[in-house]
Amino acid sequence: MIRDNRLDGGLIDRSETLSFRFDGKQYEGHPGDTLASALLANDVRLMGRSFKYHRPRGPLSAGSEEPNAIVELRDGARREPNTRATTAELYDGLTAKSQSRFPSLSFDFMAINDLLSNFLTAGFYYKTFMWPASFWEKIYEPIIRRAAGLGAVSHAEDPDVYDKGFLHCDLLVIGSGPAGLAAAQTAARSGAEVILAEEDFIFGGRLNAERLSVGDARGSDWAAGIIDELSSMKNVRLMKRTTIIGAFDHGVYGAVERVSDHLITPDAGKPRQILWRIYSKQAILCAGAIERPIAFANNDRPGIMQAGALRSYANRWAVTPAQRIAIFTNNDDGHRTASDLLAKGVDVAAIIDVRESAPKHRHVEVLSGATVCDSAGRLGLNSIEVYRPNRPMRHIKCGALGVSGGWNPNVHLTCHQRGRPQWNANIAAFVPGVTGPQGLHVAGAANGIFSTAGALSSGVEAAAAALAVLGKKVTEVPQPETEDAAFNIKPFWHVAANSGERNTVTPKGRAWLDQQNDVTVKDVVLAHQENFQSVEHLKRYTTLGMATDQGKTSNVSGLAIMAEIAGRDIPEIGTTIYRPPYTPTAIGVFAGRSRGADFRPYRLTPSHKWAEEQGAIFVEAGNWLRAQWYPREGETHWRESVDREVLATRRSVGVCDVTTLGKIDVQGPDAAAFLNKVYANGFAKLAVGKTRYGLMLREDGMVMDDGTTARLGDNHYVMTTTTANAVGVFRHMEFARQCLWPDLDVQIISTTESWAQYAIAGPNSRAVLEKIIDPEFDISNEAFGFMACANVTVCNGLRARLFRISFSGELAYELAVPTRYGDALIRAIMEAGDDYDITPYGVEALGVMRIEKGHATANELNGTTTALNLGMGRMVSKTKDSIGSILSERTALNGPDMLYLVGLKPVDSIDEVVAGSHLMTPGDPINAAHDQGYVTSACYSPNLESSIGLGFLKNGQARIGETIKMMNPLEGREVLLEVCSAHFVDPEGERLRA
Amino acid sequence: MHNLKAMTALGSTTPQIDQFEGVKIVEIPDIALASIAMRNGKKAGFSRACKAATGVAPPPPGHFETAGDYTVFSSGLDQWMVEAPIATHEDLAAQLASKFNANASVTEQNDGWVRFDIAGALSVPMLERLCAVNSRAMKSGDVTRMAIEHLGCFVMCRQAAKKFTVLGPRSSAASLHHALINAAKSAL
Repeated sequence: MIRDNRLDGGLIDRSETLSFRFDGKQYEGHPGDTLASALLANDVRLMGRSFKYHRPRGPLSAGSEEPNAIVELRDGARREPNTRATTAELYDGLTAKSQSRFPSLSFDFMAINDLLSNFLTAGFYYKTFMWPASFWEKIYEPIIRRAAGLGAVSHAEDPDVYDKGFLHCDLLVIGSGPAGLAAAQTAARSGAEVILAEEDFIFGGRLNAERLSVGDARGSDWAAGIIDELSSMKNVRLMKRTTIIGAFDHGVYGAVERVSDHLITPDAGKPRQILWRIYSKQAILCAGAIERPIAFANNDRPGIMQAGALRSYANRWAVTPAQRIAIFTNNDDGHRTASDLLAKGVDVAAIIDVRESAPKHRHVEVLSGATVCDSAGRLGLNSIEVYRPNRPMRHIKCGALGVSGGWNPNVHLTCHQRGRPQWNANIAAFVPGVTGPQGLHVAGAANGIFSTAGALSSGVEAAAAALAVLGKKVTEVPQPETEDAAFNIKPFWHVAANSGERNTVTPKGRAWLDQQNDVTVKDVVLAHQENFQSVEHLKRYTTLGMATDQGKTSNVSGLAIMAEIAGRDIPEIGTTIYRPPYTPTAIGVFAGRSRGADFRPYRLTPSHKWAEEQGAIFVEAGNWLRAQWYPREGETHWRESVDREVLATRRSVGVCDVTTLGKIDVQGPDAAAFLNKVYANGFAKLAVGKTRYGLMLREDGMVMDDGTTARLGDNHYVMTTTTANAVGVFRHMEFARQCLWPDLDVQIISTTESWAQYAIAGPNSRAVLEKIIDPEFDISNEAFGFMACANVTVCNGLRARLFRISFSGELAYELAVPTRYGDALIRAIMEAGDDYDITPYGVEALGVMRIEKGHATANELNGTTTALNLGMGRMVSKTKDSIGSILSERTALNGPDMLYLVGLKPVDSIDEVVAGSHLMTPGDPINAAHDQGYVTSACYSPNLESSIGLGFLKNGQARIGETIKMMNPLEGREVLLEVCSAHFVDPEGERLRA
Repeated sequence: MHNLKAMTALGSTTPQIDQFEGVKIVEIPDIALASIAMRNGKKAGFSRACKAATGVAPPPPGHFETAGDYTVFSSGLDQWMVEAPIATHEDLAAQLASKFNANASVTEQNDGWVRFDIAGALSVPMLERLCAVNSRAMKSGDVTRMAIEHLGCFVMCRQAAKKFTVLGPRSSAASLHHALINAAKSAL
């Protein structure tokens, strides 16, 4: 029988009806409803099953602290588990499914766990399921893992888009209840730049949930009026649906704005959520307080909720979970719920107040000095048992019970920087501690001030304090009259075992603390018994407070009970650490746009467009896209393309885009002296018009990078670095310039982006270049020898730079023009080279040729190798000091049996050299102690018609001609190699100097 | 005169223009840029040369100054960037080098950067989704060096809340452009 749980009034829009589905069944609600309020209106109290024991559960609250009513919202790729039904804004077409039950909410096989609860108490997996030991890994653990877990992810890629954002303000006000509104209004009228953030989808906080007046207006109307004023002010930014998730250093707050979660799908181009970084000068926390329950046997049935939540559902959402309710309280606030629900026509059976001196209520029976000691109703509350000393047990029929054990100020953000709250015995709650994040004030219930009048005045005070720091004059805003009730509470955490006739330690009588992780009072007792008494151990041993709700409705009660059992006081027990995010936050919003293809920016070379036209295959080199090879029609395997490119370049001429290599412009009277410091080899005597290979060491003597530096003018040098280390070398040099040798008159700037640079290599490279370089520049071998450099012009007047350097080992040049002409230049080079069958080659062919030539790259410069290992020991000059020079002399890096760079060729030409393999002397035992070195680079050489490689071999320079064993245990292979010179092609360098 | 055709940073012969309701994003390819880095002990000479060459004294960090063809802004420690129209100043670096002489190290930066101008009422909401600079508070003549989607950029305010320039690394022009467009659509 569907009863009508809808009440009058409320902040819902009855003129519109929304249709939604829960567990496959269709229901109706209104704009302004949450999923929870709409379900309650449809007489659905059962919304989930608990994690461990699969007990039937309904909403405990009406807010983001909700532990039980968590559902899978939406379906398909946008499905999100563990969504709180109490904050999910209802929209037309919403679909949701309950979690943690099979096959259905009302009939769940896993409820059998509840009967086995004695075996599943805190830390059970250290005590049970121990025998036989072999069963743990194969049987017990898989079963436990399958039963565990809260909700299921869709396994599909998140299709939504998330943004990052950055905001600045004088004052961030967190929460828009009475304290926040008063603070924001005062600050805004005083001229401060204000951001008001509200987690809810309407502003007003508890003013929307209470039946009280502020001045002449209803609380919610007064709030709406303030918002109207604030929204008209240019210095105010209102952000609703925005949770402040964390208080970070220097007044920076993280805020998640749910831009589209209340729509069926986000609008085109719009993000689902935005992660804002709010840079605030001052902030005020007005986050209110969260009501805590009282634990008693079976206090977790659907229909048992916070007394304040019952008021919220009745006043804001015009709904009651049952036609007949009762109240269980230890403070005056519980009585307010009775009044409010009575005013809406709900039958209130009784107020059960633990205080002997409980106030009387005009219309409702008050049972003072009483406790609720049990409840009944398998899938939803039917009745409660009330105990009073020396009186018979009272059985009360009711479908809902509002429980109020007090209010916990929402101190989280004040503790995100390792602050601890302090105990206030007057309100029996923790309030913000003395040291909190810089610039953060606290007002209202978050500061332990529970009356509405107190909230208004403390909000204004906090704003005034913030404005004083900002140096702004305060515009006084008189606050309206409103309720200013005192807060009377008797601390009461749980109904003890000896209350009444039932024993609360038996399985049927467990008293629940953390309802999301299914932690009971019994678990706290057990933790104490097993000596896990510190609050940090209590948390981890019982998992109290470790679920997605972070124990917002259970932490304080749990530690208060531990204090009771341990005979210590609550401040002694203390709280655990509070950490961001305040509520569960999608990983996607932390990623923002940095995902998939957009994870990092691309860097495209000047010839990229042209290369695409050629059908080049690209490879990622850091953020760069580089052409790997240029397949031609008919080629089906990459080796065909690469072999062709290598042979064609060595036979005639090839061209390769080498823009990506770092280029650093070094100028100034002390440029040479500076280069002498950063390079291990000498640069002081480099002549104008000459280029030199440069070796750069780290401070510890290891090789850091290599490249060339060209002297284009008296005080003008251009350094090249490897592609991968370009940024690192620049940083290193800037540090050296600013911090190590600030007296040297030298200036550097990166010019990697500014110049397009192409390598033109092969016997016909000069011939091709002569068609491009303007005739007044003589590039004959006599005029422009190996390692020459010059400013030139090309194609009838375009400024360019020419370097005669070779990575391939062929006669080669590198030609640079300003990047905007890079595309035009590659086309001009191709045209000029047409007569010589010029072949574009990619990084793969470039790699083959440099291995054939024995040139080291990152594979060899791997951070553990020295100049000596590379065969360049003598390049580290001992006539000057340079970075790394001293430490390169360490004994461990010198002496006999050092690794030395060698070439490697298979003895049998059908075998392959494999990089990463280790080298062993044939006959030696195969173990690390006998390791002789390792292979760093390998490729197929079409010139040698064999696989070849480079590697480091102990004492390699003395072992040329030796046969060595190449071990590849990962692939189970062993190959015999011949140790040879690393310079396979043109070892005398004749081609280079042609 | 050479006949090699210049290409824009986005790989076209014409600059990219994107118009949204409330904001327009325009690629500006026709600028020349040069870095002028002060040499040790040459502060007075550098200032004089700068004033003579560009019409403005070297501005302090966070500000740019414009005089005639030239705009000058601080780009680092004792380092400034000079901008001028490329049609008349393609050899800007060479021109400045001859004027600064021993007072500065001058480097061509024409093609190191891509420039996008952002104009319209949505400029600030768009920039709020891109970088941490307080674009709302920026006044005409303010400039900051800042990261936008992992790219080191300059953000210049040409007119408070209405006109901005973003200078980013040229090789990542397509990625930067993509980020600007996404931010504009999100801010609509």
